[in-house]
Amino acid sequence: MPDRIAPLAVSAFTTTSALGHGLAAHAHALAGEVSGLRPNDISSAPLPCWIGRVDGVEDAPLPADLAGWECRNNRLAWLGLGQDGFLARVEAARTRYGAHRIALMLGTSTASIGATEEGYRRLDADGRLPADLRRPAIHAPHSLSAFVAEALGLQGPCLTVSTACSSSAKVFANAERLIRLGLADAAVVGGVDTLCDSVLFGFNALELVSPEPCRPFDARRRGISIGEAAGFALLERVDAAPGAPQLLGYGEATDAHHMSTPHPEGLGAELALREALARAGLAADQVDYINLHGTASLKNDEVEAALVGRAFGERTRASSTKGLTGHTLGAAGILEAVLTLLALRDGVVPGNAGVQTPDPACGASFAWQTERRELRVALSNSFGFGGNNACLAFARGGATA
Amino acid sequence: MSGLQVTIEGIGLWAAQATGLDDLARLLDGIDVAAPAARPPAAMLPANERRRAPESVLLAAEVAGQAVAQSGRDAAELACVFTSSHGDQGITDYLCATLASAPTEVSPTKFHNSVHNAPVGYWTIASGCHAASTALCAHRESFGAGLLEAACLVAAERRPVLLVCSDVATSGPLTEMAGCTLAFGTAMVVAPASGRPSLARLGLQLAPGHPGEVAWPAPLQAWHDGNPAADALRLLVPLARRASAAVAAAGPGLTLHMQLEYPA
Repeated sequence: MPDRIAPLAVSAFTTTSALGHGLAAHAHALAGEVSGLRPNDISSAPLPCWIGRVDGVEDAPLPADLAGWECRNNRLAWLGLGQDGFLARVEAARTRYGAHRIALMLGTSTASIGATEEGYRRLDADGRLPADLRRPAIHAPHSLSAFVAEALGLQGPCLTVSTACSSSAKVFANAERLIRLGLADAAVVGGVDTLCDSVLFGFNALELVSPEPCRPFDARRRGISIGEAAGFALLERVDAAPGAPQLLGYGEATDAHHMSTPHPEGLGAELALREALARAGLAADQVDYINLHGTASLKNDEVEAALVGRAFGERTRASSTKGLTGHTLGAAGILEAVLTLLALRDGVVPGNAGVQTPDPACGASFAWQTERRELRVALSNSFGFGGNNACLAFARGGATA
Repeated sequence: MSGLQVTIEGIGLWAAQATGLDDLARLLDGIDVAAPAARPPAAMLPANERRRAPESVLLAAEVAGQAVAQSGRDAAELACVFTSSHGDQGITDYLCATLASAPTEVSPTKFHNSVHNAPVGYWTIASGCHAASTALCAHRESFGAGLLEAACLVAAERRPVLLVCSDVATSGPLTEMAGCTLAFGTAMVVAPASGRPSLARLGLQLAPGHPGEVAWPAPLQAWHDGNPAADALRLLVPLARRASAAVAAAGPGLTLHMQLEYPA
């Protein structure tokens, strides 16, 4: 097991999803179990399912000096960056540390492939992408991070993690290593994924899309509802923001089992969990809440419920919030990290929304309704195709000082 | 700025006219080498996977297999950092074309093979590796960003890491955008300093700036022009020439300065 690490301050954070723009909308929805899912109204051809679509992306063009980056994914990134004073917090960090000393590590599953799809629907007479979409930088998976680096004026280490649905959880680990090794003083981490035909019809082809709003951990769950989200966090050393919530640890591990099905015993998920606890210096019974991956796919929820049952007692509360937001794929890690930070801040265990009949495989840890209690330490699970698993550990602001 | 120290224990290479670092050294000396097979053999993959695997997976597994074999390490124990600027462009072309014409007919296998981490996913399945694994990209700087990430893992976790940097050739309308006219892949096993045999010691430092233009003999210039993964030549060429320094871009305004030392 890895050694314990020094915690990092999460000195600013924000998210934008189907629940709304910014933290207040998300805290409100968590407390009241208000779902953001709606019937699919975005795919280029009909597909009867439910989606977690962000309102207002169409009405939020990029500023003129960034117009070369135009596409739905970068628009959602810009919309997300504009919430909760996040831009000002990054600007202050840039002034304090210098642009070369702030890393930018973002996760995405499909980046701006929606723009590439659109180009293929509008090929010109010569079979070329239409002139307005002949912008090479948006037709590569690094589009998101390159755009955000330019928008924020950051010049430190910059990369995109694209490990499907664990992408924007793993970026916390990349950033922690850079700061621990003295290669950066701060890091902007996060991720953005937007609804597009690739994921809607792709998951549909895998028979993983539910025809009804998704019901994570329900005995009669029928699959996932796909959503979109943007989320960002600013990580600094603890002495720079002593009262802020903290990243205590993380774990990353691989199933080595199958490209699109989790390991039947949750091997990689459990390794990631044990690593996160070891880096955080925590015992399992010190964990107050776990935001589960909980996609509402048959296999994920079965494997994850068993892991919760064997690793935690009932004082550790657990729930999936995907019944509210949908599965936001490469953005799920950061969206759910932010929801976990809100749960810690507000003392709210989000109820496992969408369930009608709890799966009997789920033990006493599962919070089927919203609960109010003091929370000091919480985890967030994110698992992706390719057997790629990540687990993050956070502490409430002031809880570990 | 702070520096990182790693040792290079193995190197893999697959390019249009070369297989492995020895071929590269011969090309630099003006000696002809035998052209590699049209399809990377990827002997590490089980035969059934090898038959159905997309080209991006074969290329990554081929160079990874070369590097791991040279290192003498057990692949199951290596954390994995796989970088690719564009992913499997053949699958992207297929997906976008199918979505434009018959979206409900998308192949489920092609869809799950379209994820950027498909090569590292298949690699870890074939090697039984449960360590941390990741798939990265950084436009034209994917090699430098990936090497920095791999070196960070070595230094922070004190464990050996397999770095793979590869891109396949583009097909269809995306060719004009991505500019990948040929396949190129390289891999390195990097590890903390130890008593094990190694090819070179590598010291890394970050500094603002740009690495400058390159001037290499044919066919290396064409590889670099035709594939972003070939930016790895900024380290591979100095290694093949046993030079003492190398520079590569780690980001748009960030340079990775490398010092190289060789065992006696």
